[in-house]
Amino acid sequence: MTGLSLDVEVPGRLSAALDAAAGDVVAVIGPNGAGKSTLLSAVAGLLPVAGRVEVAGRDWNAPPLPVRDRGVGLVPQDRSLFPHLTALENVAFGLRARGERPATARVRAQEWLDRLGVGDLGRRRPHALSGGQAQRVALARALVTDPAVLLLDEPFAGLDVGVATSLRIALAEHLASYSGVTLLVTHDALDALTLADRVVVVDEGRIAQTGTPHEVAARPRTEHVARLVGLNVVPDGDVRRSFPPSAVTVSLARPEGSARLTWRGRVAGTTPHGDALRLLVTTEDGPELLADVTPAAAVDLGLTAGREVWLTVKATATTTDSMRP
Amino acid sequence: MRSRGSLRSHLGRRVVAVAIVGALALTGCSAGAGGDEETLTVLAAASLTETFTELADEFEAEHPGVRVRLAFDSSATLAQQALEGAPADVLATADARTMELASDAVSGDPRTFASNSLVLVAPADGRAGVDGFDDVASGRAAYVACVETAPCGALWSALADEQQVEAEPVSLEVDVKAVLARVVADEADAGIVYATDAVSAGEDVATFPIPGADALTTTYPIAVLEQAREPDLAQEFVELVLSRAGRDVLDAAGFSLP
Amino acid sequence: MTSAPSPARTPARAPSLGRPPLLLLVPGSVGAALLVVPLVALLLDTPWSDLGAQLADPAVRDALWLSGLTSALTVALCVLLGTPLAWLLARVDFPGRRLLRGLVAVPLVLPPVVAGVALVAALGRNGLLGGPLHDVTGWTIPYTTTAVVLAHTFVSLPFFVLSVEGALRTAGERFDVVAATLGADRWTTFSRVTLPLALPGVAAGCVLAWARSLGEFGATITFAGNFPGTTQTMPSLIYTTLQADPAAARTLSMLLLVVSIGVLVGLRRRWLVTS
Repeated sequence: MTGLSLDVEVPGRLSAALDAAAGDVVAVIGPNGAGKSTLLSAVAGLLPVAGRVEVAGRDWNAPPLPVRDRGVGLVPQDRSLFPHLTALENVAFGLRARGERPATARVRAQEWLDRLGVGDLGRRRPHALSGGQAQRVALARALVTDPAVLLLDEPFAGLDVGVATSLRIALAEHLASYSGVTLLVTHDALDALTLADRVVVVDEGRIAQTGTPHEVAARPRTEHVARLVGLNVVPDGDVRRSFPPSAVTVSLARPEGSARLTWRGRVAGTTPHGDALRLLVTTEDGPELLADVTPAAAVDLGLTAGREVWLTVKATATTTDSMRP
Repeated sequence: MRSRGSLRSHLGRRVVAVAIVGALALTGCSAGAGGDEETLTVLAAASLTETFTELADEFEAEHPGVRVRLAFDSSATLAQQALEGAPADVLATADARTMELASDAVSGDPRTFASNSLVLVAPADGRAGVDGFDDVASGRAAYVACVETAPCGALWSALADEQQVEAEPVSLEVDVKAVLARVVADEADAGIVYATDAVSAGEDVATFPIPGADALTTTYPIAVLEQAREPDLAQEFVELVLSRAGRDVLDAAGFSLP
Repeated sequence: MTSAPSPARTPARAPSLGRPPLLLLVPGSVGAALLVVPLVALLLDTPWSDLGAQLADPAVRDALWLSGLTSALTVALCVLLGTPLAWLLARVDFPGRRLLRGLVAVPLVLPPVVAGVALVAALGRNGLLGGPLHDVTGWTIPYTTTAVVLAHTFVSLPFFVLSVEGALRTAGERFDVVAATLGADRWTTFSRVTLPLALPGVAAGCVLAWARSLGEFGATITFAGNFPGTTQTMPSLIYTTLQADPAAARTLSMLLLVVSIGVLVGLRRRWLVTS
């Protein structure tokens, strides 16, 4: 069996199980502190874990295989390019560490730099590279050793929008031809939607939801993902209801209709959203909700921060989802 | 209205100023307090440690209210200190040369009160089994001596030349007590010290004569210093050293007397 | 349309954060004076004309040579022994690590003469290790140049180790981690990643160790002894000369000072400026 299959426990921080086939790109999303980076560290062997980490049929945790023997390609959040080596030497490092001769290592390293579009930057030191360039070098360094698992921790964090976009495109190309499993930790829904085959949602140390990006976006089970994709998610008995902000009606007086889908709260903030104005409303006994109103309506109702409002949504406008994971 | 913050900092500065003045006053006070106790400071060569300590006790017994402070060190160092105006009253060195160095600081003429000669000492149960001067002269024993700038070192240098000793010491110590310490600790096979040091070390060392040492002696002068605060009291101490009582103490320690 | 040349625009002085407060300025100036005045006094007081005569004296040349040799050997020994020790303290979690780190710092606070006494107790003719060594091989360590190097290393090693360990801890383990994921074993990681990145710390440690070694006196004279040519370093010579001829001692002190400053200035640009 190729691919990645894990079922691990890091006491107090993570308890997760997931399967991925060879060539899969799995996006790992979730709020800060949920355990996403812990998951990557567990696969890399940087943390002691209880359980099973099977890669290409071999369990890396029984007994725990040393980090250097695992064959993972790690691109940490701060990239950690060796500051005293040039870009080319950085990329060649993994090859030389495994015994390859300097000359051939450099040739292969140069190939990968070319492939990632930074071929002419080989002689530069990391401090002379821009964020996007450094990220490409870090990717090349991780990929050149042909790892079984590629671990990317927030690869687009801190990059300009334009730079991130072109990098995303480049990464998508390479991941398409990469035969190992990729775990991609990200904050950005766009990454998940454009790059991933599967999405895994981590919340408070547990896996809250898995599925294709489309499934998860359409039926988010956690508030984090709901926010990420711009949906409202509320529990209702033993089902979950999700509905877009545009389906919410805002009024100043208690509305008629189903009390279950009616909330009272205060406007916490407003942001422009396309042609509409998106309100963030904190409710007394419910979740935070997003509601879209036209700018004209906002003026009519006097919707400024602190304004008390009533929100309601038609049951028919919601999609329900069982609470069971 | 003055704000609280500036008032506090103003107060803080006052406290600091008072503290500084107070500290200065205290240092001023301690020096030259005089008062009811007088202090006599005596600079003496290291080889006079035991004898002068005893004489100081006697002096204090005879002069109630007087405290004798003793500073033992290499004679050359003491001479330098006297020259630089160290607050002392009496200087006693282990040879005339070092007293000569300090001549500008001496009031009156120095008086000779004892003389000393060199002997060879070895650790009582030493590893090397030294049993005579030949072991040193032949170079078999690792021996230590004083630096030439110290009286014992100058004396040894002269004696070694006369006896044509070619073997070099393994280390040169800054004063004779340091040489003795090395021998007592069996860190050297043998050492060149004064006869009086051998006496003071007692059973810790085995003592052997050095040929020609009796003829080459060093004389110890004592003098009152120009900077003495109590010249009369200082003179009384000198008299004690030269007196019958003083000679008895020196004799018992192994010094030869003029 | 012609315009009159605009008046030269010089940038105004950058607005600062305010005048330095007196409460900091005064003690700071006193501290500076305390350091500078004695050195200036020494400079002014030295009979410079004597320098030539001093340099001609074989005892002086011996002492200069010995100081140079022993301090260089001390630095080498510190690098060879201290770098691995610093690495162990910074990178490996072993039982008693805290205790060891504390012990490494002890020679820093130990009076040098006491350090000498400790060395005698361990390596002297009757010492814990020195005694058996003498019994078996007939060798003694005191009174040899080796003893001088050992004494210097004992007092200088803490400076070196703490400097390198500090550099290693500041750099952190993240590069070591990445190197491991790339397949490097611990030795490769150390030699190709950790050590190169710690070089500024190593260089600083070398300078500290060298400076400490050059000025070392108490432990040397207690453990190694004092004999021209084998164990008399510059500080020992200066101390001995001070007894007989203070003016000459001052000249020798200046000599040592000038040599030290020369090396420090020469090294500063190359090694102490981080890349």
